[in-house]
Amino acid sequence: MFLHEVIIAGFGGQGILSAGRLIAYAGMLDGREVSFLPSYGPEMRGGTANCMVVVSDEPIASPVLNSCTALIVMNNPSLEKFESYLKKDGVLITDSSLVQKKPVRDDIRSFELPATLMATDAGNKAFSNIYLIGKLIKETGIITPESFEKALYGVLSKSKHYLIPQEMEALKAGMDY
Amino acid sequence: MGERLLMKGNEVIAEAAIRAGCRHYFGYPITPQTEIAHYMAKKMPKVGGVFLQAESEVSAINMVYGAASTGKRVMTSSSSPGISLKQEGISYASGAQLPAVIVNIMRGGPGLGGIQPSQSDYFQATKGGGHGDYHLIVLAPSSVQELYELTVDAFNLADQYRMVAMILGDGVLGQMMEVVNFRDEEPIVKADKSWAASGHGMKREHNTVTSIHLDPAVLEQWNIALQDKYKTISEKEQRFELYKCDDAEIIIVAYGSVARIAKNVVQVAREEGIKVGLLRPITLWPFPTKAFEQVIDKPNAFLTVEMSSGQMLEDVMLAVKGRKPVHFTGRMGGMIPKVDDIMAKIREIRAD
Repeated sequence: MFLHEVIIAGFGGQGILSAGRLIAYAGMLDGREVSFLPSYGPEMRGGTANCMVVVSDEPIASPVLNSCTALIVMNNPSLEKFESYLKKDGVLITDSSLVQKKPVRDDIRSFELPATLMATDAGNKAFSNIYLIGKLIKETGIITPESFEKALYGVLSKSKHYLIPQEMEALKAGMDY
Repeated sequence: MGERLLMKGNEVIAEAAIRAGCRHYFGYPITPQTEIAHYMAKKMPKVGGVFLQAESEVSAINMVYGAASTGKRVMTSSSSPGISLKQEGISYASGAQLPAVIVNIMRGGPGLGGIQPSQSDYFQATKGGGHGDYHLIVLAPSSVQELYELTVDAFNLADQYRMVAMILGDGVLGQMMEVVNFRDEEPIVKADKSWAASGHGMKREHNTVTSIHLDPAVLEQWNIALQDKYKTISEKEQRFELYKCDDAEIIIVAYGSVARIAKNVVQVAREEGIKVGLLRPITLWPFPTKAFEQVIDKPNAFLTVEMSSGQMLEDVMLAVKGRKPVHFTGRMGGMIPKVDDIMAKIREIRAD
């Protein structure tokens, strides 16, 4: 059964919610069932932000996740909060330029990626989330890079479309890391 | 098939209202439903409709009363504390038999409470939050697709029965995104609106829309007419979903976003060999007592799960009428019940 339950967590402003929304959108384009549940309220404005994304071949029972198959974390508190949510053999992807803590579990597949540094070096810090999505695609196959590109065209306003080639380069760099 | 879009629950409510022919929206912002107003502010001018941000919830509901009096399809939306402010207007509209749609995307209370999802306005919605002997038709969607379909239905039911229909959701439903399939054309019910105060051009007697009847004998007759209408609705409009109840030893009763979590519980429990089913009320008023009559023989027990202290629980007990044990578990204040917690309760019930 194709079932991916992803939690993405970090600070507000890191593109946490847009990353989740893009994955859900791409999953829809792949013909899957999808749900996207963002955190909302004051935590979005500079505090912690997280979202839960489900991509599945079956109708989705609950968009609220108590466990996940993959976890992307972009700050230390999020690793502490959500590590226990990962199912056995689940995929953990951390932005190692921001997360110093190491996971305590040894029954998960853990990957570190200095996404914020890579994005800053490439000239656009705002794409750090895209590198992490690249790694997620590589390790889980949750969506295809092709549908992700289509999702960018679908979600971003036309005035931002000129950035999409750069974002696809970031995605590829994340996949290849 | 129409369009297939990834949309936020709140936006879908607004889009559904416009598709259902609503051209008048009056509101006041409050988390977690403000996207409804955002969407209306953007879209209403484009379809020749009216979006108006009132100076308060009290104003907004009285604007709804005014627009509804003319027979136009009208909506307002808010979240728990704002809905409390609207109660006087809702009672007046119910007294005057005005069709309108009111959306409550619930958050934790009482008082100003918090902004996280809750179901603690069940009593307020189903037992009459304002004064007087009245009911609202209360619809409880549990997916973005249902937010769309039930919002359209709410306008039809409101018109058909000349009463207020409420969409009762919560922060999870309002904020989440799912795929929604829009129909090419909406099934709009054209109701008789010859009662409306919509201008008579000196060609007929004027209509009066009012909730005041100072002669108690007249007011009693008015109340009897309301109750007759409610009885008809109770008989004809109950809606529910039964999920894997046929062989269930325990049937969970849950609505809205909690019913989604309960579906996960049904799966997890069945993987463990425990036969659990789900009875999901879609109408909270009228409460779907017929669903209980269909399933009452099979289960050993019912388990009500809510994001409240146990409000729907009372209606479940009235429907079960002591024939089977009724248990409860829930969270409050914006906390969401976890699959593991509900499973623990199920194991506890079985151990008894």
